[in-house]
Amino acid sequence: MNTFRIGGVHPHDNKIYSAHQPIQECPLPQKAIIPLVQHIGAPAQAVVEKGQKVKVGELIAKAGGFVSANVHSPVSGTVSKIDTTIDAWGMKMPAIFIDVEGDEWLESIDRTPDVIREFNLDPKEIIDRIAAAGIVGLGGACFPTQVKLMPPPGKKAEVLIVNGVECEPYLTCDHQLMLEHGEEIMIGIQILMKALNIDRAIIGIERNKPDAIARMTELANRTLGVSVCPLKLKYPQGGEKQLIDACIGRQVPSGALPIEVGAVVDNVATIYAVYEAVQKHKPLISRVMTVTGKSLQRPGNYLVRFGTPLSQVVELAGGVPEDTGKIIGGGPMMGRAMNNIDMPANKRTSGLLFMPEQESRRTEPENCIRCGKCVSACPMGLEPYLLAKQAEMQMWDEMEKHDVMDCIDCGCCLFTCPSHRPLLDYIRMGKAKVGGNIRARQAAAQAAQKKD
Amino acid sequence: MKLILIALLVLGITGLVAAVLLYLIAQQFKVEEDPRIDLVQEVLPGANCGGCGFAGCRALAEACVKADSLDGLMCPVGGAPVMEKVGEILGMAAVAAEPKVAVVRCNGVCDARPKTSTYDGVRTCQIMHNLYVGETACPFGCLGCGDCVAACQFGALSIDEKTGLPVVDEEKCTACGKCVKACPRNIIELRKKGPKGRRMVVECVNKDKGAVARKACLNACIGCGKCQKECAFDAITIENNLAYIDFNKCRLCRKCEAACPTGAIHAINFPPRPPKPATTTPSTPSTPSTPNTTNNNQSEKKEEQA
Repeated sequence: MNTFRIGGVHPHDNKIYSAHQPIQECPLPQKAIIPLVQHIGAPAQAVVEKGQKVKVGELIAKAGGFVSANVHSPVSGTVSKIDTTIDAWGMKMPAIFIDVEGDEWLESIDRTPDVIREFNLDPKEIIDRIAAAGIVGLGGACFPTQVKLMPPPGKKAEVLIVNGVECEPYLTCDHQLMLEHGEEIMIGIQILMKALNIDRAIIGIERNKPDAIARMTELANRTLGVSVCPLKLKYPQGGEKQLIDACIGRQVPSGALPIEVGAVVDNVATIYAVYEAVQKHKPLISRVMTVTGKSLQRPGNYLVRFGTPLSQVVELAGGVPEDTGKIIGGGPMMGRAMNNIDMPANKRTSGLLFMPEQESRRTEPENCIRCGKCVSACPMGLEPYLLAKQAEMQMWDEMEKHDVMDCIDCGCCLFTCPSHRPLLDYIRMGKAKVGGNIRARQAAAQAAQKKD
Repeated sequence: MKLILIALLVLGITGLVAAVLLYLIAQQFKVEEDPRIDLVQEVLPGANCGGCGFAGCRALAEACVKADSLDGLMCPVGGAPVMEKVGEILGMAAVAAEPKVAVVRCNGVCDARPKTSTYDGVRTCQIMHNLYVGETACPFGCLGCGDCVAACQFGALSIDEKTGLPVVDEEKCTACGKCVKACPRNIIELRKKGPKGRRMVVECVNKDKGAVARKACLNACIGCGKCQKECAFDAITIENNLAYIDFNKCRLCRKCEAACPTGAIHAINFPPRPPKPATTTPSTPSTPSTPNTTNNNQSEKKEEQA
């Protein structure tokens, strides 16, 4: 049974609460707030004006650069204003506000549930359609998908790795998507294989989802070049570099992208979005998110249009449980506690987790006992105890030398630390600082080059 | 006797050879250094306190010798007389720097700025700032974890337990600027100490629109512009809904303080006002009270997790 080689931890997966709950559609909000930054990269530029009528699927903001993504209207109605709103952590972000009127879709979008199998587009057309639909990686990082499909000159993709791992505890949305829309995902995989001009795809699924493995294997047996790779349970297997190691045994060098070893990784939710964009002309306007928690009344998987306030989704799931200590956006390992659940759903919101007060409290940190557990748990082969100390002492250059930028924020070090030291808190701060320093250096070098 | 002679000779010759070698090596690998650095260092107090912002007195001396002018270089301990001497050595005019002091530009005390969440991560402003808005709704205000206190080498800063805000001890503050760099929200500013330590400060850095700022904190500057109209010396500018008093233009008339509807402008070290306006208005509700649109203090407890 395959898995990745370095590090990793085994948190309890806690998926029983929302697993196998059929995907349920969330009703439309009265007012939709659509953030312009729902991806990594430059913010999108609004192309609508106040008072303009929009239909579902209409382009409302254009990509603001090469690494950026289009934003489409998830609702029909009138644009009431373009202003800032507050995100889940209380900080401001630009957004388009739409007063919802009815549910009128663009005529070009195919809303029938039929599965469309045939496609005869060339790779360029496929990539253009994906870019136009504003598709980003729905696994969490929100990297614009079309950028991944255009390898830099000299690099060639050899294999498409499909991420159906969902290693994050509690989350079940990808699992449910594979069960309900396996066929569509398989067509999406074929579309991407054509776009990348490759003949091999591997679907990585962890063993705690036997029904998904069975379903996808059954479908893969009927499809040329696609195979399923069942994986041993270990967190963070869903990390891009870990998954490549687990599926094809290649290790991405420090600071490099997966294309360096000939791999392109896409999440199953992203691939479903690709299918909808290419075959049904439907841009990315909704996603499946898991709403779960031990004391939540109706935990489940909900199909949410972007712009719907998360509080509305919570109402559907039975409201905030009384014993809630923290509401976490995403999963418990990599997610962040939220400050504001009125924030609109967007491409980034993969889950909402209600942690009971007792479980959400952090234990008082004690001294480092030099046990080295964090070092053996780190899937990137870093030394978390050292990085954390360096961040505490503000030794940014030293941190850079010790490859802090390779850190994937997975939280294994913090999870495994017997002294409950806030290792990741410090490392994240260091990453922010070192990243800033690197960017400043690059900008200075560019300015110097221009002078010459 | 012979033994003593041999010992003397051997030791003497060894010593001589070593001396010649050392001399030659010293000549060969001599570090060329501006001799003025030593001269400047002699004038400096030699406390190596770091108050100037450099690693020690020698680092400041090096910086002085390298610099084209003494502007911005200042020994807070020695003050103007020392800098004049340094200027004489280097043949540059010492810039008469007026004494400055660190000023905390946030008055979001607990009563005015209600808590909206509880933070249970590492109590460092830098980390909290990277993570989210903070324990209150103001995305600009003081986080109160005391990064500035930790940065101060002179013990001039402390967190007031009642208000949760840092307080500057003006006697101890040397205006070295360490706290300014340490604050992730750029709340601390070095301002002119002013005659008798008197100065006017806008104690707020919130750039939100008035209603939003006021909702987060009762003491916030709402950018209404009343102080600007009141100021006869053109010292107040309003940018991004925030007033700023230029301490080079301010004549300390205190009119702006009275004009401010939220009490964001503070007069520091002034004697208490003459009893004329006996009933001073603490905070007039002249600002539009914010309609309660979003109710985000229901169940959001906070913080990062793993």
